[in-house]
Amino acid sequence: MSRAPAILPTRGAWDRLTGLFWRRPGVLLLLLIALPLLWLGVVYLGSLAALLLQSFYSIDEFSGMVKEEFTLSTYAELFRAQNVDIILRTLFMAAAVTLASAVIAFPIAYYAARHAQGAMKAVCYLGIMLPLWSSYLVKVYAWKLILAKEGILTWAAAGTGTSFVIDGILSVPGLSSSSLSTSPFGTWLVFVYVWLPYMILPMQAALERVPRSMIEASADLGANRGQTFRTVILPLALPGIIAGSIFTFSLTLGDYIIPQIIGNSANFIGMAVYKLQGTAGNIPLAAAFAVVPIIIMVIYLTIARKMGAFDAL
Amino acid sequence: MAAAVEFRNVARHFGLVKAVDGVDLVIEEGSFFAMLGPSGSGKTTCLRLISGFESPTGGEIRIFGEDVSRVPPHLRNVNTVFQDYALFPHMSVRDNVAYGLMVKGEGKRQRLEKAEEMLELVKLSGFGSRKPSQLSGGQRQRVALARALVNRPRVLLLDEPLGALDLKLREAMQDELKALQMRLGLTFVFVTHDQHEALSMADSLAVFSEGRIAQIGTPAQVYDAPRSRFVADFVGSANVLPPDLTARLGGPARWSSLRPEQIRLSADGPLGGRVTALRYLGSGTRVAIQTEGTELAAFVPAGVPLPATGDQVRLSFAPEALNIMEGEG
Repeated sequence: MSRAPAILPTRGAWDRLTGLFWRRPGVLLLLLIALPLLWLGVVYLGSLAALLLQSFYSIDEFSGMVKEEFTLSTYAELFRAQNVDIILRTLFMAAAVTLASAVIAFPIAYYAARHAQGAMKAVCYLGIMLPLWSSYLVKVYAWKLILAKEGILTWAAAGTGTSFVIDGILSVPGLSSSSLSTSPFGTWLVFVYVWLPYMILPMQAALERVPRSMIEASADLGANRGQTFRTVILPLALPGIIAGSIFTFSLTLGDYIIPQIIGNSANFIGMAVYKLQGTAGNIPLAAAFAVVPIIIMVIYLTIARKMGAFDAL
Repeated sequence: MAAAVEFRNVARHFGLVKAVDGVDLVIEEGSFFAMLGPSGSGKTTCLRLISGFESPTGGEIRIFGEDVSRVPPHLRNVNTVFQDYALFPHMSVRDNVAYGLMVKGEGKRQRLEKAEEMLELVKLSGFGSRKPSQLSGGQRQRVALARALVNRPRVLLLDEPLGALDLKLREAMQDELKALQMRLGLTFVFVTHDQHEALSMADSLAVFSEGRIAQIGTPAQVYDAPRSRFVADFVGSANVLPPDLTARLGGPARWSSLRPEQIRLSADGPLGGRVTALRYLGSGTRVAIQTEGTELAAFVPAGVPLPATGDQVRLSFAPEALNIMEGEG
């Protein structure tokens, strides 16, 4: 009987390359991440650094030129009453949007993760993802029409005798306006609609990872549904909820289109940045404004970590 | 006095799949009861019927005389040690053990005290502030055990309790579980697919096959006198003899079983055959013999001379060793 050789012959360049990767796993890793690392390191972090640098410059009041001298005066400008207003308004909106998204998303994510099976699961995914397939602008303008004074919502409310609901919302101090499409309530509603998928998906992923035996163990030990939810499901799903809230929170903090189209045209951080770097040409202040969401997110994540949101990771 | 657990004609069907079908079962209080069977035989579903995670589609389940068919799991005074332990990863070991007391509203100091006592019982005192992820598999199982026992359940259910442990630890844990059960006087019900585990730990056991109980009895009864070919084959791999061979050996024309250790290789005997394989088992050797269309296994204890592969041998056994089985199955 003829024996096969102990080492098989090399079949070409790919075989040699595979051999190299086997002997030096670091080479393959480097090849795989070199490009994204370059992008992340140079283009992304580079522009962030440039942004940070700009925010320490100031603008010359007379010439309107950027003075390339290190100063904190631009940051001091953020504390002017009108700018503090913008920051607080944006922060409050982002928090309200995140809270509403979380409350609406949880039952949907829970159903999709723990109960939907087979075709129903596909329907769930499709239903969550479908809104992302159409343009963001189209959706926002569609909402403007829906919420307008002559829109379908007002019409339907009049037809069913529920106009008092809309009138009630519009008479709340701070939300008052002639129609939903020009009220901060409308801004909030559209924000919630547009960012909802970004809350559902990470939540669903987190809930899917909670083993069924864990929920059964809780019931087995005497916990009712409410106790199991509070002490087992919620803490284990918290990293997913936090991940979703990072999306909804930071997307709202940075958005400048929705508050421009829907609502009472009150300034938000995104709009302020847009106007300052465009018409006003005040790049340093725009940069300082852009740093605000970053700082807010860092504070938010630090608090979440302190409260043990990532303990179950 | 009522039995700890009683099944009366219990069925659990999932659509067309009859996971459990017409099971009658009585588990005495204070016994160590094993549910043995291959995967998919319905043993785990039966355990889940006792804990309440499954509801019967037919029949009645009683725990200490009370019908629990419509009682949810959290109101049953029965606790489970899960196969994957299902420890809460975000809680310390101490909080895991105290969980059952916490949800029942017991005060913090009292429940942590009791948790500490339980950890001592399972020899894990001092581990209370660790997270489950910082424990070994064997330690996690002890925590799961303590977490169940701290509630003082009437019945403790164990789902494949030793499945994930390595051999050495499994043997130690077998003795420990048995000692714990004796000391607490509790009813333990455990599910396993390992016949050695079932035979060595249980006072009585039920062998499951295709959603039904194939045989129920003490380990000795089931081991020595299997009632069907399935039980003979599954519990301890006995030789199964077809009706014609049984008849030739002096029995009725029915299926019968014969344990390998009851067969002796001798110069004269009613059966002859050729040795086809030898398997060394430490305490002896299992000899496979091809005889008259049936392959038989004989167990030759260490120290007794062994035949070689290919040798012609004759087999003998005591007439009463031949166990005649019921029915065709």
